[in-house]
Order: sequence, then C-alpha cells, then structure tokens
Amino acid sequence: MLTGLMQSGFTNMAAAVAAIPIHPTSASTISDSVDHLYYFLTAITLFFTFGIFTTIFYFMVRFRRRSPDEQPADTKTHMALELTWTIVPTLITVVIFVWASSLYFENSRPPEAATEVFVVGKQWMWHIQHPEGPREINELHVPVNAPIKITMTSDDVIHDFYIPAFRVKKDAVPGRYTSIWFQATKIGTYHIFCAQYCGADHAEMIGWVYVMSPTDYAAWLSGGARSESMAQTGERLFTQFGCITCHVADNTGRGPSLVGLYGKPEKLRNGDMKLVDEALIRQAIVTPNSIILPNYPPIMPTFQGQINEEQVLQLIAYVKSLGTEERKTNGK
Amino acid sequence: MSTTVIPELPGQEIPAESRVNYLNASYGVKSWLLTTDHKRIALLYLGSITLMFFVGGFFAVLMRLHLIEPQGALVAPETYNKLFTMHGVIMVFFFLVPSIPATLGNFLVPMMIGARDLAFPRLNLLSWYIYIIGAAFTLYAVISGGVDTGWTFYTPYSSTFSHTSVIPTALGVFITGFSSILTGLNFVVTIHKMRAPGLTWFRLPLFIWAMYATSIIFILGTPVIAITLFLLGLERLLHIGIFDPAIGGDPILFQHMFWFYSHPAVYIMILPGMGVMSELITCFSRKRIFGYTFVAFSSLAIAIISFLVWGHHMFVTGQSIYAGLIFSVLSFLVAIPSAVKVFNWTATLYKGSISYDAPMLYALGFIGLFTMGGLTGLFLASLATDVHLNGTYFIVAHFHYIMVGGAVMAYLGGIHFWWPKITGRMYPDGWARFAALVIFVGFNLTFFPQFVLGYLGMPRRYAVYPTEFQVLNVMSSAGASILGIGYLIPLIYLLWSIRYGPIAGPNPWGAKGLEWETPSPPPTENFEEIPVVTADAYDYANVGGSRV
Ligand code: HEC
Ligand SMILES: [Cu+2]
Ligand SMILES: [Cu+2]
Repeated sequence: MLTGLMQSGFTNMAAAVAAIPIHPTSASTISDSVDHLYYFLTAITLFFTFGIFTTIFYFMVRFRRRSPDEQPADTKTHMALELTWTIVPTLITVVIFVWASSLYFENSRPPEAATEVFVVGKQWMWHIQHPEGPREINELHVPVNAPIKITMTSDDVIHDFYIPAFRVKKDAVPGRYTSIWFQATKIGTYHIFCAQYCGADHAEMIGWVYVMSPTDYAAWLSGGARSESMAQTGERLFTQFGCITCHVADNTGRGPSLVGLYGKPEKLRNGDMKLVDEALIRQAIVTPNSIILPNYPPIMPTFQGQINEEQVLQLIAYVKSLGTEERKTNGK
Repeated sequence: MSTTVIPELPGQEIPAESRVNYLNASYGVKSWLLTTDHKRIALLYLGSITLMFFVGGFFAVLMRLHLIEPQGALVAPETYNKLFTMHGVIMVFFFLVPSIPATLGNFLVPMMIGARDLAFPRLNLLSWYIYIIGAAFTLYAVISGGVDTGWTFYTPYSSTFSHTSVIPTALGVFITGFSSILTGLNFVVTIHKMRAPGLTWFRLPLFIWAMYATSIIFILGTPVIAITLFLLGLERLLHIGIFDPAIGGDPILFQHMFWFYSHPAVYIMILPGMGVMSELITCFSRKRIFGYTFVAFSSLAIAIISFLVWGHHMFVTGQSIYAGLIFSVLSFLVAIPSAVKVFNWTATLYKGSISYDAPMLYALGFIGLFTMGGLTGLFLASLATDVHLNGTYFIVAHFHYIMVGGAVMAYLGGIHFWWPKITGRMYPDGWARFAALVIFVGFNLTFFPQFVLGYLGMPRRYAVYPTEFQVLNVMSSAGASILGIGYLIPLIYLLWSIRYGPIAGPNPWGAKGLEWETPSPPPTENFEEIPVVTADAYDYANVGGSRV
C-alpha cells in the first residue's frame, strides 16, 4: 500500500513537472526566428556553464589537498591560452551580435501594406482604435495572416505594449509615437501585457488579442453599432475645436490649408526641414509654438489639456485623409 | 607557510583578549562613534549594511509570499508595489553598493598595502555618518508610508503621478551617494600614495585593483545619479518640466541619466566581488593567480566600458535602431573581460592544492552563478531577444544571478575568509559549509524558474498574474524561503563565534597577503613595523617564505 502511495506520489509529481510550461505560444511571423536565436543563446549558456562547472569539479577532485603542507608547483602565465579565451568569446559574440541585429532590423520594419491600429495607454487601460472606426478597450481584434502596424502613445505615464505570443513589445511614451508591427499566423486568443511599471494597477493593465479568420474579422468590423471612421470623427473634431476657422481648404483662412500636408517635407521659419508625419502634426496641435511656418503669424492657440491623445490621433487621421495633392500656402 | 611563520609571531600563544588590538584598545560607545580607525569604521559599516540587508530581505520574503497565489496572497497591489520598490532601493543603494568596499575594502585596503590607515581617516568616518543619514531618510520614507516608483524612479510616474514618499527616498539615495564618493576618493589616494616599500603596482593583490577600479566608478558615476535625483526632486516640487513632455521636456531623458550611473553601478557591485574571488581562489588552491595582468586590466576595462553601455536598458523605449546597434555591440564588448576573469580563476585551480573550506565553497558557487548571470546577459544584449525579454522576469533572474549569486556570494565568501582576521575567532566550519550549500540550492530554486517565467512572458513588478504562471512562481517562493534560512544561519554562528569561537591565530588559512602577517585581530596601527615587500602577490610556490 505504501509503495502504491509512493508510486502514485511519484507519478503525480512527474505529471506536475511535465505540466510546467517552458515554452511560450508562438503565433507570429517573427516569433519562431526569435525563438531560434533564443535556443542558440541557451545552447551557448549551457555549454559554457556546464563546461566551467565540470572543469571546476574535475579540478576539485583531481587536485584536492592531500596533506596539510602540500605545496603545488608554480605555473607561469600562458599567453596563447589567454589570447584564445579572449578571442574565441569575442568571435562568438560577433556571431550573436550579427544574428540578433539583423533579425531586429528585419523585425523593426513594418511592411508598406500594414493595416494601422492606434493604441493609447492610460492608467490602467489600453484604448485601441481602428481607422475604420471601431474602438475597443483592452481588446484588439486583428485578422490572421495580415500585417498590422500599431502606433502608440500614452496619456499619462510610460506604459509598454507587450504581446508575448508575437514576441513584440514597445514602450508607450507620453509625448511621442512609437510603433511595432506583427503578422499573426494562428487564429486564437493571446495575452496583452503592460510591461513597464505604471503605478497601482500595472498588473491589471492586461488584455487580449483576438486573431480571427478574414471573414470573421470582416464580420466583426461591420458588426455592432456601425461607428464613423477615425477620419470622420477627426473631421467632426476639426469643426468642434474651431480648427476650421483658420485652416480652410482653399487657403483663405488665417492659417495654412492642411490639404496635401501629410507625408511631404516642409521648411519651418527657423530654416529646419521637417518631414510632416504623425509626430509633427501632433506637435503642431499640442505645442504650436514649436512649429512656426514662414509667412504665417504664430497665432495658433495650444490645445494641450483640451484634446486628449485619442482625439489627437483622430485629428491626425482626418488631416491625413485630406489627400496628397499639391498644397496651397502663403508665399513660397 | 603557516607552520614556519607562526613561531615568529609572539602574539600567537597569548589569548587574543590579553593582547592590545584594535577591538580592545579602547572601550565605550564614544570610542566607536568617534573612531578614525579604518578597521572600526569597517565594522560600523558592517553592522549597518547587515541591518539594511535583512530589512531589504524581509521585503523580498513578503513579496515571494504574496506571489504564491495568482490573485496575490498577502497584500493589496499598492502595498506590493511599495514592497518591491523598497526592496530594490535598500538592496541596491544601501547594501550592494557599499557592501564589499565599505566593509572589507575599508578593513583591508590599508592592511593589504601595508599602511597604518586610509589616507583620510576622518573623511572615512564622515562617509559612514553620511551613509547613516541617507539610510535614515530612506527608512523614514518606509515608515511614512513607503514609496512605489520602483528603484528605477522612472519619470513621469515618479515626478508627477506617484503619491508616495518619493522625495525622502530620493534624498536618502542622493545623500548616501556622497559617502560612496568619499570612500572612492579615499581609496584612490591611499592606493596611490601609501603602498609599503617594494609594493609596486603589479605586486598588488587583485582585490586592490578591483577596489581601485570600483573607486573610479564611484567618483565618476555617483555625481550623475546625484544630479539625476536632484532634477527629479526639482521636477516633483516645482514642476520645472525637464521630464514632462507637456512643457517640452522628455521623460526618456531621465532614463538616459539614470542608467548612465546605474549601469556602471552594476560593476560597482560586482567588481569588488571579483576582487574577493581572486584572493579566495588563490589561497585555497595555493596557487599564484593565473594571468595576473589579464585579471587586473580586465577590471579597468570593465570600469571604463561600463560607462558606454547604458542604452541597453532602453532598446524598447523607441530608441533609434542605430543607437540600439551601438549599445548592443558595446554591451557584448563589456562581457569579454568578465569571461576572461572566469577562465583565469578556473585555470588557477589547475594543479593546485585545493581545500574545501567554507570561503572556497562560496567562491566556487560564485563562479558558477556569475557565469550563468553573465551568459544570460547575452540574451539581453541581443536586440532581437531583448525585445521579448525586456521588462519580464527574465531580467529579474538575470540580475539576481549577478547581484545575489555573484556579489552576495563573494561578499559572504569574503566575510568568512577574513572573519578570523577581523575578530580573531574561527566560526564552526561545518555550519559554514552547510550554510553555503543551503544558500546555493535556495538561490537556484528561487531564481532559475524566473528565467522560464520571463521567457513565457510574465512581466516583472506584477502584483497579480495569470494562473498559468503559478507553478513556477510557487517554486520560486519555495526557493526564497530556503534562501532566507540560508542567510540567517551565518548571522547566528558568526555572532556566536565572536564570543565562543576558537582563537584563530594570525594566519589560519596559510594565506599570503600582508594582512595575514600581523596578529588577529590586528593592532590599531595594523603593523608593528611597516613591512617591506620583496615578492609578487600570491607567491604560494615560495615554500614557507613570507613576502615581508
Ligand atoms: C487661430 C487660428 C488657428 C486655429 C484655431 C488653429 N490653427 Fe493650426 N495653425 C495656425 C497657423 C497660423 C499655423 C501656422 C504655424 C504658425 O506659424 O504658427 C497653424 C499650423 C497648423 C499645423 C501645421 C501645418 C504645417 O504646415 O506644419 C497643423 C497640423 C494645424 N495647425 C492643425 C490645427 C488643428 C488640428 C487645429 C484645431 C484643433 C488648429 N490647427 C487650430 C492657425 C490656427
Ligand atoms: Cu504598466
Ligand atoms: Cu546595464
């Protein structure tokens, strides 16, 4: 009976050990390649740790002190050996560096065709907006096998948007836009974690990514209360905040026309050339004093504190939707 | 050598108590609080950092208890956040940074170079008082409700959003920094100016080289953390906007400044441990260190390169890809000198005469754990894997392997090695070896599962967590309880040994350093006559001879 108990105890223990998870779900186009590098590094670690440990144990036994007044002979510094164990690790790190960096390089470049999604971190929630209109909190619905680019910022402190199953993460920093991209390869539900400590409920700032088949995703997009697109919301805000009084499409207002603004370089009054991207438009709205154009009086009021980060993103979506045709502004 | 030298020392036969030494030269609280003897100051530090270690450890125990349950077994999330913050602040700034330099370093630097004291004895006492004032501010912060920013104090959370005692804590850390600067200055001047006749640079024990390298970082790095915390205080009190994007500031700037100090600080914590290692390995294998110059210069290389790698903490902040590449390559570079040291220590054992005394067990534990800690650093220096592992338990495991597996192991090894010199007494060897084993097992059980947790994606600083992470968390907590007991055992037998331990004699290990050429405990002036050095350090092959 005792042996029976012990046996079942052992099988239980074995089952418990086998149940310990050791590998995270892998569900994006980059996750396997990151894992391969991880395994390589694990192999290196095991090799050296094991090597050093066995050498030490061997020496400890082989060269243990056999009598209290034992006196080993002197050894001289061995130049060739010193050079070997300086150069070999250096070469190994070069290999790791090249591998890791080229992979990172690839993983950092979103494909042109990526669908954009916008994320704003706010103590202690993730606010997510799709350009088509749907907005979600702590949930992100995406289609499988399609590249998704996430542009994010924060309304308060630094957060970090982390999807372990996709091996991607990036800080959401107040005052700037950062981005990641991924392409999910498996339909399923995966964790979103906040990976940068952000206060009391940091550990509750978690959510789920739902990776759906293209048809399910299309149904999800069109389902529910059909909301307006981000650009449409932005257009409403453009009127509501009075931007329209100064920024008129035919350039007859006190401010420049914003038609055709996005995506082109422009010259500021201080001579700087700047590419007009999301970050610059955000800066123009939040701290207009820092973006002064030649030929315009610096009269644009700041909207800081009146417009939250999500609304800024909607205004940007609207400005972007104004097209890319040749821009009409005062003078040249 | 011990057998031949002992008869030359008249103090040997007389019990330690009846001979005048630095411990019994004068009595009373005042004689301690106003002492300028580097050995007594070392003991003042030893007492205070031991206290801080157990306070910080107590917070860690509470954290691990809390994490037994996914929904948190013990405290509210706000309290948990304070626990890990206070644990980090106390362990880093009030234990690890001063640990070896302020205790063993203070005690040994003059003794190892054949001097009677440090160059500036009163400055040395002042540095202890500064430490105490800093610690008092921080402990006040604990009592007044705690602080919850993480030991990293990241803005804008710390500057604008946290409602806890950020200012007293930051002030405490700010003040304590000056004690490090003074200690560093004192060591540099002492090592330059007060070496015994014949003790050239390349005859110095490697512990001295390590102290020298550490002092450089103290002097160059600590002012930066002081400035950083000063700006944080200004921002919090006056809202000057330097870290606030709403008025044109930049929260990431804080991270640059913080890590510019705090990465080198990692080496402040580990370099002294490496110095201790070289002393222990040579003594317990009766060998000259293998590759003296390589070990010595690798300390300096580490000290210098460590100032150029701070950006590896910020790969996922939106740092440019190219900056990432540079910080990555430099981080790999700083790993090489550490690897060189490990190989040289291992090679020192070759054809030695190895004994398994307690200090040696700690030393061997150090090599293993430090190797793992260092190698797992490669995962974080590699950009592609860092993206996944940054901010997870993998980081927690990695730096505990370096800081606890490395620095604390070396510290304990050093304490066990020099304890007979410091107190004149031996501790029970069996207990000491047993404790080393318990600590080694407890440590690995605590922190190894955290590597796996991190790879699975569990973020650090989580008061609650998804249930799939529970098994590994329970394992880690079980390990922590073993580790906690492992740390209590030495506390007990070391205290016991002060009164009841057998008399140690001047050189119980048959070691070669100058500190072993004088009675234990040493007289106040360290040496009756300043020794003249005629041989290299670790001259173990010179049978029976003394370096003096
Ligand atoms: C009082 C008039 C006024 C109002 C109201 C106003 N703006 Fe402006 N805006 C300007 C002027 C003038 C400039 C040119 C920059 C300068 O010299 O200050 C400008 C510049 C800009 C730019 C940068 C254009 C470029 O070429 O870089 C953007 C984008 C912009 N405004 C968006 C907005 C939005 C969005 C709103 C509403 C929330 C708004 N503005 C409200 C006057 C105004
Ligand atoms: Cu968070
Ligand atoms: Cu670092």
